[in-house]
Amino acid sequence: MASIEVSGKSYETDEEGYLINLADWNTDVANFIAQQESLNMTDNHWEVVNFLREYYEEYQIAPAVRVLTKAIGKKFGPDKGNSQYLYELFPYGPGKQACKIAGLPKPTGCI
Amino acid sequence: MSAEITAPPYRTIPIIPALKPGAMAEIRPFVAGEKIQEAIGFPGKLVTDWHDRAIARMGELLTQYRSLKVFLDACVHCGACSDKCHYFIGTQDPKNMPVARQDLMRSVYRRYFTLPGKLFPKLVGARDLTREVLDEWYTYFYQCSECRRCSVFCPYGIDTAEITMAAREILDSVGYGQKYSNEIIGKVHKIGNNLGLPGPALADTLEGLEEDVKDACGLDVRFPLDVKGAEVLLVTPSADFFAEPHIDSLIGYAKVFHAAGISWTLSSKASEAGNFGMFIGNYEQMRKIAMRVREAALELGARRIVVGECGHAWRVAYSFWNTLTGIGGGANDPFALQLQKQLDHRHKQPTHICELTWSLIERGAITLDKEANDKHIITFHDSCNVARGSRMGDIPGGQFEIPRNIIKASANHFFEMLDGTTHEKTFCCGGGGGLLTDDLLDLRIKGSLPRMEVLQKVVDNHGVNFMATICAICKAQFTKVLPVYGFDRRMVGGVHQLVSNAIRLGDKS
Repeated sequence: MASIEVSGKSYETDEEGYLINLADWNTDVANFIAQQESLNMTDNHWEVVNFLREYYEEYQIAPAVRVLTKAIGKKFGPDKGNSQYLYELFPYGPGKQACKIAGLPKPTGCI
Repeated sequence: MSAEITAPPYRTIPIIPALKPGAMAEIRPFVAGEKIQEAIGFPGKLVTDWHDRAIARMGELLTQYRSLKVFLDACVHCGACSDKCHYFIGTQDPKNMPVARQDLMRSVYRRYFTLPGKLFPKLVGARDLTREVLDEWYTYFYQCSECRRCSVFCPYGIDTAEITMAAREILDSVGYGQKYSNEIIGKVHKIGNNLGLPGPALADTLEGLEEDVKDACGLDVRFPLDVKGAEVLLVTPSADFFAEPHIDSLIGYAKVFHAAGISWTLSSKASEAGNFGMFIGNYEQMRKIAMRVREAALELGARRIVVGECGHAWRVAYSFWNTLTGIGGGANDPFALQLQKQLDHRHKQPTHICELTWSLIERGAITLDKEANDKHIITFHDSCNVARGSRMGDIPGGQFEIPRNIIKASANHFFEMLDGTTHEKTFCCGGGGGLLTDDLLDLRIKGSLPRMEVLQKVVDNHGVNFMATICAICKAQFTKVLPVYGFDRRMVGGVHQLVSNAIRLGDKS
């Protein structure tokens, strides 16, 4: 099993760097994963990541792209409520890349 | 993920590319771990007696499927298929020529199941099944999307996808499975769909969609879930609930039902049309996955089963549901017979959403304003499993004409891509057959080359800015690869996305 090393502690990941244990997640780990993805975490990124974790806690899955854009738009302003904005923050796709940084399992299927 | 992603250059003259032996020898998807394998009844890891068990499984498959034996015997290596595969064109690896890929299995078949191969293996190109051969199978049978384009050109009609499926089944049976497909199959059984979208999340998503549509058009268009007594049970890929542009087609289906006044429901149990059991060539899994649809239909009392925009789901539904589950007739166990009685046989069972929408358009039961799609200059990408593994309507080629008819009824600007790359000769999107996974992104990009080349032509010649398709995999694959080829990812969308834009709701006058 693969793992990442953050501040002297080791965390188990899958082959693609997604955390195995949801409870392992913390901001240092998120920053580390973001760095590996060549992303610099800004407040805008954190808004998305934190929402993903809240949603996951309630529903045991990441939100659909449309649910995410709507929620972000409602919470943080209509200019942020579109998928283009999310793609700018997470160029590899808000679904997968943001989930990875939020420590959530990778969504699977025809997406 | 930060590795450089680049597209191969377009070919100046689209002929057989120069060979690059071994170009893709190191590309293979993640192997499924023990948990994933065991959850769906396969050995957790490669068993110690894999050799004997693989040969035994091959023997069983040869008996079970006469077709497989015929396909392995019949090939005369004429080469007609060699340059027809999108993966071969894009990767230039000679083992991605369909004939060469088949020969990875054919050579083993000859060694163990034919007399000349047993006596004089070298003379007839027969090989022992070694660990290297097994690894080669894993590598190259997961570089085939089972799209069956090569089969169209084969003078013997060899269905190469069946050989790929058999190889994957043998690999699974010895504990050598693919993570992507097998993890998804586990999720279907555990949660109900490929995504792993639990019931409450699905309900929340659908509620949100009702709000969105209300905001957009002021009408109460419903997205019902688990409604008993609804006429139609709609089974659609779970990506339709989750991803873009998929969700826009889901909105389109809902508007069609609304405008036509047809009561319908989705099911949280059968919240997935896709059936990855077919991709791994495992009959039992395919049957188990299909059975959820029958159970949901019986529980909800639906009289009509409609399938959303999903390529391989429609192939399974159209071609296999009848004997697998009794939908459409065929299976004769008590539950299949009960379902037969319940279904309304004035309709095709199952019905493709495009068949339903087109029949409503033809009857004048729904009205479309073409001008609503005037910003779109549209082309249509035929999805392999619909094009080559199924049909729609009452006439041959209905699976080609019906989606096009709907597009033309919904929009003013439509252009075909180059002849020989559409209809039954369509190129795969490059992500089908269980290959739509990030660990195969390089293959997916290269495999989409032939489609991108001809798309570029209609973009240049006609200003096409929208490629419609009726498959969740095609939509997801193109969203990913279009930008790599310099196109906008939002250029791909569903046929019902166009219907959604154009359909007249509420006051029909």
